[in-house]
Amino acid sequence: MTEYVVRFLIGGVVVSVFSMLGDLLRPKSFAGLFGAAPSVALATLGIAVYRHGADYAAQQSWAMTAGAIALAVYSAVVCHLLIRARLRAAPATLLSLVVWLIVAFGLLTFAGGQT
Amino acid sequence: MSPISVSPSSLKEGRWYEYLVRFALGGAVTVFTGLISSCYGASIGGLFLALPAIFCASATTIEKHEIRRKREAGLDGRRSGEKAAALDAAGAALGALGMLAFAIVFSVTVTRNVGGAFVGASLAWVIVSVAAWCVRRKMRSVRRRIPGKVGSPAVRPKIFSRPS
Repeated sequence: MTEYVVRFLIGGVVVSVFSMLGDLLRPKSFAGLFGAAPSVALATLGIAVYRHGADYAAQQSWAMTAGAIALAVYSAVVCHLLIRARLRAAPATLLSLVVWLIVAFGLLTFAGGQT
Repeated sequence: MSPISVSPSSLKEGRWYEYLVRFALGGAVTVFTGLISSCYGASIGGLFLALPAIFCASATTIEKHEIRRKREAGLDGRRSGEKAAALDAAGAALGALGMLAFAIVFSVTVTRNVGGAFVGASLAWVIVSVAAWCVRRKMRSVRRRIPGKVGSPAVRPKIFSRPS
């Protein structure tokens, strides 16, 4: 239980710091870089190294490469839904999560990811 | 002159509950990735380190702020809000390349030096993200200088015009 409370607090703080940095910077496309900041990764990998060791964290970060490629595809899809389909931000970002899941799990399966 | 600037007034646009939501969401996603890793192993858990949950919240907030600003000026602001969120998404696509560099550098170096892996991976994220953003900016300015070229504003619909 304590581990999850610590996870929640560390994750909340790291994500908030990156979000505020994104708010502060202009132009908006540059600030958008912080929308893909590895904030959750920094918090989670730090805890993973402490709890399970470096090999476990290495395995997690290797799988993260598939998630990052999926995030690039996801962001491009969101951009096009907002501009071409004229969807609002909330439905565009939520609907595109399906794309993220398909690409991420597809790449992991293709790469022969083991659990 | 640097194209990047700091705008402290942007923080004042945010409502206190928006910061609270981001904190809670960040904490919840970190707990969620931990639970996924415990249940399904490191590989599946690792995928979720790049889950765009935070992006969903930030894009929605950016759209809301833009609409609010335009409405205060007596305009509709909906289209402008969508464009602002789209610019944020375009930036996130470039940031994802940086995240990819972060993951590769971390996975290669963490078994040798944990502290060095965090520093090196964070630097890789900054360098690749900023370089990708600069390259995109340069390419767009070159396209603008070639009138009539496919993709230039004279030919292409003005889809990414900056919200004023």
